Amino acid sequence: MNWTWLHKLVSPPHAYRIAGRLTPWFGWPAFVLIAVGLFGGVVLAPADYQQGDAFRIVYVHAPSAWLSMLVYGTMAAAAAVGLIWRIKLAHAVAAASAPIGASFTVLALATGSIWGKPMWGTWWVWDARLTSELLLLFLYAGVMALRSSIDDRDRADRASALLAIVGIVNLPIIHYSVNWWNTLHQASTLTRIGKPSMAGDMLWPLLTMLLGFTLYFGAVLLVRLRGEILLRERDASWLRSVLAR
Amino acid sequence: MNPTGILGAAWLAYRRDLLLALRHWGQVAQPLIFFVMITTLFPLALDPELAELRRIAAGILWVAALLASLLGLELLFRSDHADGTLEQMLLCGQPLTILALAKGLAHWTVCGLPIVLLTPFVATGIGVPFEAVGTAMKSLALGTGILSALGAIGSALTLGLRRGSLLLGLLVLPLAMPALIFGARAIDLSIHGDSARGPLLLLAAMLVLALTLAPPAVAAALRISAE
Repeated sequence: MNWTWLHKLVSPPHAYRIAGRLTPWFGWPAFVLIAVGLFGGVVLAPADYQQGDAFRIVYVHAPSAWLSMLVYGTMAAAAAVGLIWRIKLAHAVAAASAPIGASFTVLALATGSIWGKPMWGTWWVWDARLTSELLLLFLYAGVMALRSSIDDRDRADRASALLAIVGIVNLPIIHYSVNWWNTLHQASTLTRIGKPSMAGDMLWPLLTMLLGFTLYFGAVLLVRLRGEILLRERDASWLRSVLAR
Repeated sequence: MNPTGILGAAWLAYRRDLLLALRHWGQVAQPLIFFVMITTLFPLALDPELAELRRIAAGILWVAALLASLLGLELLFRSDHADGTLEQMLLCGQPLTILALAKGLAHWTVCGLPIVLLTPFVATGIGVPFEAVGTAMKSLALGTGILSALGAIGSALTLGLRRGSLLLGLLVLPLAMPALIFGARAIDLSIHGDSARGPLLLLAAMLVLALTLAPPAVAAALRISAE
């Protein structure tokens, strides 16, 4: 099989150009879906019979939590590709993903905590999902801190890639042990916020938001990837000719 | 000259690290003193009543062991990196994975094992009943093994970086939290007179997993860092 197209695609000039072209194709649908989803969630969906209007924060909380994990997966996959096939662009994708994932994790933690105030009566409960999310934030922090403390770009790429892979192997262990720990200590104080079945008029805005957030991640990733390429290729001649245009 | 086999090389690496530790025993003692010191902080900061301390004794022991072995990780690869031994290890043609395992094992012998041996004294001091001391030692023996394995990855990744020790904590502690959960749980169950078999078996499973997966990761990290 002929792989030249792939090598062409992952070369920085092409990736820079293609990322620029693709960004609106992710950005605009994301904008429309998030707008529709927010309208559906905040205005159209009926109030929950138990939680009242407070449940509406789920339309931001659940997509953020979903993305916090999706982005870690993306980062680890890109890191593995970069480490195995030595593709620099993959390392750039991993580097661009980490802060986005950390931001979504912070957002999930903050909305979870705000949701917790009316539900549990306190800002923070050592709920299994919130705790897992907090540990995920620590993992992101580790990857970002390692990358920023190594000056040599190549070593920083490969070291943080390895750490991201170690993290994803540990993620299920961390997740299940936190669940186990939580059921031992907290079972009685936990209010059930899980929704076994969600009514259709509450569900469609949530699904719309999930898709919208995912596309938004795609758009932001592309923008950050271009920034990352600019940073890495700042001495390259192709960049000068592109920017001079 | 006879070619050295894999096990021979591993034994040489292990013996060398033990000898070095013996010659610099002051450095080796530091994490242990740290371990005892942390456990002393809790009675001073909280209520020195033994019944009160007993309720959180499992947590104290585990947090102290976690922090102490983190401090000990400094010694694992740093001097080898500084004097060029690490490069010789990379070039010597023996599988780096096995050498990493041997070095990890040596580190556990020097840092983890003394913590386990100190546990009866420290645990009694914070109100752990005599019957639970055995479980505490088992839990910490398995736990420090996991920490040595995970810590070796972090230590290899942060080799030669400025403020590497601070970074090391940031990298290793989140990975060590499952071990903390089950290890502290085992001690807590035992203090209350229950069987700690379940968490101990889980901890042993984690150790097996760590011993299997960590050495290749350490070897890869050493290759990245030594370039």
